[in-house]
Amino acid sequence: MSRPSLRVAAAVAAGAALWPSGNALAHGFAGDRFFPATIQTDDPFVADEATVGTLTKNPADPTDGQSYSYEFDISKRITRDLGFTAAYQWNYFQPKNQPPHYGFGTLTIGQQYQLFINNPHEAMALVGLQESLGHTGAVNGGQADDHTTISPTFDFGKGLGDLPDSLPWLRPLAITGNLSVDFPTRVNSNGALNQEVFNAGFAIEYSLEYLQHHVRDVGIERPFDHLIPLVEITSATPLNRGSILGTTNNTGFATTGTIAPGLIWSGQYYQLGAELLIPYGEGQGHGIGGLLQFHLYLDDIFPRSIGRPLFGG
Amino acid sequence: MLLAAASSLPAWAHAFLDHALPKVGSTVTQAPQNVHIWFTQDLEPAFSTIQVVDQAGNRVDKGDTSVQSGDEMLVSLKSLPPGKYKVMWHALSVDTHETDGTFEFIIASQ
Repeated sequence: MSRPSLRVAAAVAAGAALWPSGNALAHGFAGDRFFPATIQTDDPFVADEATVGTLTKNPADPTDGQSYSYEFDISKRITRDLGFTAAYQWNYFQPKNQPPHYGFGTLTIGQQYQLFINNPHEAMALVGLQESLGHTGAVNGGQADDHTTISPTFDFGKGLGDLPDSLPWLRPLAITGNLSVDFPTRVNSNGALNQEVFNAGFAIEYSLEYLQHHVRDVGIERPFDHLIPLVEITSATPLNRGSILGTTNNTGFATTGTIAPGLIWSGQYYQLGAELLIPYGEGQGHGIGGLLQFHLYLDDIFPRSIGRPLFGG
Repeated sequence: MLLAAASSLPAWAHAFLDHALPKVGSTVTQAPQNVHIWFTQDLEPAFSTIQVVDQAGNRVDKGDTSVQSGDEMLVSLKSLPPGKYKVMWHALSVDTHETDGTFEFIIASQ
């Protein structure tokens, strides 16, 4: 064995001897960058986390109907790079001058694989598959689907900490995004067409924690040094089964979505979030909604049990 | 109200940088004798380190990282000329969470 190989082998052996086994790596980190769990858009990392609740008041719909929802979800790592997700919600819809409809929505499960985490460039990405399962909620009440929808997904995150030193005030910025396509397993539900839909979501974040602890100490005290102002933008664009195909269902292909400015406060064991919901696009309703979220970091709360991957943790 | 409740909760699990001397991103007029970092959680001394390098990537600390008072880490420095320096810290909290971080400081010319 050559001298360089001997030195490398010795270093690896020394490192392995010194390094304790089974240490818990923090979720959502790439280099100095912490990516919080965003609310409207999917996270670009597999994790052990749970949302105790996201309480949403949606903007009024075009008929002045008002809807609310309460969602809870969980993410669990199977291995270090493979994860599982599940989300469920309870919906309440109050049509104008009519009795309300309410009930559980559609159960959505997912599988995720972490493609990479690049620490020097604060970048990460994952691919996944989601299944919104039919007949898992109040179908007759209109709160859940009567069919399953399959959605391949791609999520990414990039921190701007690798910008030149001449741009210090931009370095706390980060962008995350997710792209997916919905493929319903049923074309028609009660006379309404189930469209295939392209979904895109982005979050632009400015981390005061990153600014204060990695760029410049500007005197931000606790707890404000863990605030992350952000804007999330979601969009949905139908790809087919609209009026252009000559059907009687005049759904069209217009892109609709929400713009959600808000704040996330990220602690060690949990995260708090609040956002406004501003709709855009044809037929999206009017007014402004809002949401509040309470989210737990299971890897910090239970580092030696359920907060670790099931295998290889 | 939520922030006030959050700030009163007990110590955190991951050891994050709370504050440092020299301050993160600061410019100092006198070369410091050490880099002192305070963390949000108590540290495992054997597995927590600070390294300081110059712009050429050369180590300029003395390799004598020590943990004081549980959540403070200190490393002494060689005599440093004016220039930009990068601090690289690695922390293992007492409940096995690892964190890493970097920041820079500048020693101004006299």
